[in-house]
Amino acid sequence: MASTDQGVTSPTRARITERTLRQDRWWLQPLTTFVVFSAFVVYATVRAFMGRDYYASPYLSPFYSPCLGDCVEGASDFGQPFAWWPLSAALIILIFPLGFRMTCYYYRKAYYRAFWLSPPACGVAEPHQSYSGESKLPLVLQNVHRYFWYAAVLVGLVLTFDVVLAFRPMPAEYAVGDGETSGIHMGLGTLLMILNVAFIWLYTLSCHSCRHIVGGRLRHFSQHPVRYRLWTWVSRLNTSHGKWAWYSLFSVAIVDLYIFLLATGTIQDVRFF
Amino acid sequence: MTTTTNGPGEGRHPMTGNAMSGEARGGMERHTYDVVVVGAGGAGLRAAIAAHDAGARTAIVCKSLLGKAHTVMAEGGIAAAMGNRWPEDNWEVHFRDTMRGGKMLNNWRMAQLHAQEAPERVQELEDWGALFDRTEDGLISQRDFGGHKYARLAHVGDRTGLEMIRTLQQRAVSLGIDVFMECTVTDVFKDGGRVSGAFAYWRESGRFIVFDAPSVILATGGIGKSFKVTSNSWEYTGDGHALAMRAGASLINMEFVQFHPTGMVWPPSVKGLLVTESVRGDGGILKNSEGERFMFDYIPEFFRAETADTVEEADAWYEDKKNNRRPPELLPRDEVARAINSEIKAGRGTPHGGIYLDIASRRSPEFIRKRLPSMYHQFKELADVDITAEPMEIGPTCHYVMGGVEVDADTQESAVTGLYAVGECSGGMHGSNRLGGNSLGDLLVFGKRAGEHASTYAASLGDARPQVDEADVKAAQESALAPFEVEGGENPYSIQSDLQQSMNDLVGIIRTRTELEESLGEIEAFKERARTMVVEGHRQYNPGWHLALDLRNMLVVSECIAKAALAREESRGGHTRDDFPGPDPAWGTKNLVVTLDAAGTGVELHEKTLPEMPDELKGYFA
Amino acid sequence: MSYTLKLRIWRGDRDGGEIQDFPVEVSDGEVVLDAIHRVQATQAGDLAVRWNCKAGKCGSCSAEVNGRPRLMCMCRLSDFEQDETITVTPMRTFPVIRDLVTDVSFNYEKAKQLPAASLGPRDADGKRRMAQVDVERGQEFRKCIECFLCQDVCHVVRDHEDNKEAFAGPRFFLRYAELDMHPLDTHDRRELAQGAAGLGMCNITKCCTEVCPEGIRITDNAIIPMKERVVDKKFDPLVWLGSKIGLRTKDDEGRVEV
Repeated sequence: MASTDQGVTSPTRARITERTLRQDRWWLQPLTTFVVFSAFVVYATVRAFMGRDYYASPYLSPFYSPCLGDCVEGASDFGQPFAWWPLSAALIILIFPLGFRMTCYYYRKAYYRAFWLSPPACGVAEPHQSYSGESKLPLVLQNVHRYFWYAAVLVGLVLTFDVVLAFRPMPAEYAVGDGETSGIHMGLGTLLMILNVAFIWLYTLSCHSCRHIVGGRLRHFSQHPVRYRLWTWVSRLNTSHGKWAWYSLFSVAIVDLYIFLLATGTIQDVRFF
Repeated sequence: MTTTTNGPGEGRHPMTGNAMSGEARGGMERHTYDVVVVGAGGAGLRAAIAAHDAGARTAIVCKSLLGKAHTVMAEGGIAAAMGNRWPEDNWEVHFRDTMRGGKMLNNWRMAQLHAQEAPERVQELEDWGALFDRTEDGLISQRDFGGHKYARLAHVGDRTGLEMIRTLQQRAVSLGIDVFMECTVTDVFKDGGRVSGAFAYWRESGRFIVFDAPSVILATGGIGKSFKVTSNSWEYTGDGHALAMRAGASLINMEFVQFHPTGMVWPPSVKGLLVTESVRGDGGILKNSEGERFMFDYIPEFFRAETADTVEEADAWYEDKKNNRRPPELLPRDEVARAINSEIKAGRGTPHGGIYLDIASRRSPEFIRKRLPSMYHQFKELADVDITAEPMEIGPTCHYVMGGVEVDADTQESAVTGLYAVGECSGGMHGSNRLGGNSLGDLLVFGKRAGEHASTYAASLGDARPQVDEADVKAAQESALAPFEVEGGENPYSIQSDLQQSMNDLVGIIRTRTELEESLGEIEAFKERARTMVVEGHRQYNPGWHLALDLRNMLVVSECIAKAALAREESRGGHTRDDFPGPDPAWGTKNLVVTLDAAGTGVELHEKTLPEMPDELKGYFA
Repeated sequence: MSYTLKLRIWRGDRDGGEIQDFPVEVSDGEVVLDAIHRVQATQAGDLAVRWNCKAGKCGSCSAEVNGRPRLMCMCRLSDFEQDETITVTPMRTFPVIRDLVTDVSFNYEKAKQLPAASLGPRDADGKRRMAQVDVERGQEFRKCIECFLCQDVCHVVRDHEDNKEAFAGPRFFLRYAELDMHPLDTHDRRELAQGAAGLGMCNITKCCTEVCPEGIRITDNAIIPMKERVVDKKFDPLVWLGSKIGLRTKDDEGRVEV
């Protein structure tokens, strides 16, 4: 580790050489975060660049929704304004959920600790010589979080629409047994997408910027009873913002993986009706 | 070497104001002010703000860091007849409650000023940023407390003292008043009969300071550390009481020591720690080990007319105060403490030697957590008790001394010109027993008065200010260093611990002649031991040395308490004599006054007739 | 029931020091501060330690117990195994004075730089009216006992001495948030919070919230809302545009920037 004579070993402080005297396994949490986030990033990058196996009717992978590029048939419910786009369609829209999560107050805490070790854990000296936090470029741009939140609400609406579409009857090639008869379908994929969109909404609505926008910015709750009520609801969700961040991260990956496996024909959808 | 500075920028330590580095050898720091306030609790801060506002160059000197004084421990609220809950409430009712609570031994004028001025002092705190709990109309909420006829205590949950001290602290800081933190005053200097300054040492470096100042305001708080079981912290060693006596002022009412009925009794490390009266104000009741709500058996004649005598009426009172009388749990503190003491003595105590205070069975967990958050926190963290689910074990704890420096009611000036005393270290306002909530009001009302008068007096002197005598400085220095000169004596911790045990056993909540006489003998022995006590180490941040200096004050104050308690042959308020169980009307017109004897080694006692109330005030007690 | 605690205490001053062993007799229900006091009374009369209320209300006895910032009076021995070694050191962010006592003047300096509450005139009847829901957020922050553990644990100053100049620390962000949410305060301190107080340096890693003995949710309820309020003022083009065309929230009316 780099010298920290700027910090706990600087000359005026109590002369103690250890960078921390913590005896618990303080490294476990940042390490876990590091491993899981890294795994997700690798998986998501691979999937986003693949540009295929993201649609298994009626399911559309959340990485590709809305599918605005030159997408496979049935995947584009909002047209293809970016049909000229030469790369994977995921890359057109993924910036929004990615940006939302990158600037999220919870994720910031998690990755500053786990990836940048700033600090690795409370009371454990960080290995950097200087530090300016989020006061300068590029990190000052974290302040645009609320715009990504606006976008995230739109993404959430699209994903909700996808869930509705996931109740559509399946085309014949995926049909099992005696084919499609009823007008409504529900399979394991539908269920996963419902769960996913629920977590996405919990995550989106529990956002700190959302909490500010619905009412937190007020100085007189008493004069805005409706916004105050909304604020109390969001505040309650907000206490678990980190939990929703993790759950929705997993659910997005699992839904995508499930659709990938369906689309490649590796497995078949488990159908309830 | 002499440094005279007034701004924190002039080479002074940014936090403590220390003008000298810890490494510097020799020399003495010197500062000139108009008003020096000793103590930075509610009273000291309010006095300093008032003095500053009146134009005086003001310094605050305090033993701890700024904002740590015992005012933070006050939980219940500030008694002030603002009438926000009960329009019927006004200063006259508050005045009457205060006098009756003090068993008519109060200085009537102080009680009157307090009741009249407290509401404005509370509003002032709000102007400076305090956030009190609100009524539905948005006004400052007021809560019920023992001895107060109406819900009268302005409060913030159960951490009102913290709110008050933080507000005053922030105000003082924003006004730019100089603060000398972790600095202990050991002597007040005089020139002729008038104050000329004060002598102090930095706790951090052990170096000495002389303050040249014609006005010194003592706001040092109480004497609780003389007792083993106490809610007070290490600071409360009676410094102001002792400083005043050594300067030639007198103390009054020293026999009246308030034992708060509800202190924690377990675990041992927190024995004595306060459990706020708000628990009872918000519905908590007292039960013995047989599950009996025993307070109904202890309603004294004096309060019978206004106290409920059935459980039904007592419980109905919380909702309907007009048609029901108060529950006996909300009698004044002295009554409740004595009742608890009797139950424990009769063998109906809890496993850890207390009795039960139960709010869990009477209020919802949400209500308790909302209204009593720090009590919930305190029991959960320190005793592993969930007060929303089980009763608390509590017992009496030494909490407050009604006695203190005898002062003029309007100006708070003592018998020594230029020496003022406010708050707990002044005497008279509370008579023989203080009502809960009246102390915070006392700090504000008389803090302001003292600050203004001290400032006016200092200004009136012009250039003819009393001078500090260099011989006195030398004597003060030698006296402070004496514990380092001794060899082979014992350490101050063991003397302090023996003194606390002795005071607790012999001068505690129930007193008798033989025990008081015994205690005076023991105090003499402690004084002898203290003469040869020794401290190890050097002067830099040395708690052993600090205690040795404080111990001298504790011994003087303990002697005052024991002597006055022996003389007062009756039971009244915070003074209970087993051998004289009732009040004696002849004693009801007299105060006991103590002064230092000519040799300066012991204390002398005098009787003094209580000032008589004007007839228009007497009418309230007809 | 009593046992011998394996206690280690850092002793020394500005010139140096070391962690020393002080095996001490302790009993059930005691806290770390009790053990320290017993060492003081029996083994080292000049052991320097700050304390006052011993009830978690004054915030004097801040130190680091096994590397974690704690109040010694609220640190129960029963939370440790009886054979566990407990190491107590002074707070490592502030200059040491002696033994467990540190020079916390950093905090008092920062307090001086903060513009105090400034309310408008009272109502006609001499009283003020505020709704309970409007004061509750500020009340949470005013629970602060100024133990300065949040300041101690904050890596911005703990690990970077040179940031002390420009960074007020979590305790004072609480104060900024409290004043900004005060229903009757007339000042707008958002520029100051971002500029002079260095709010932007905080990277919301939440250690202040983790160590707060009062359980104040410093990061979620004070720092992040304050950051969002600063965004309103400095970084949000929509809010800026809105204010240019008169779509200003009435809520902020009458506030003067300081």
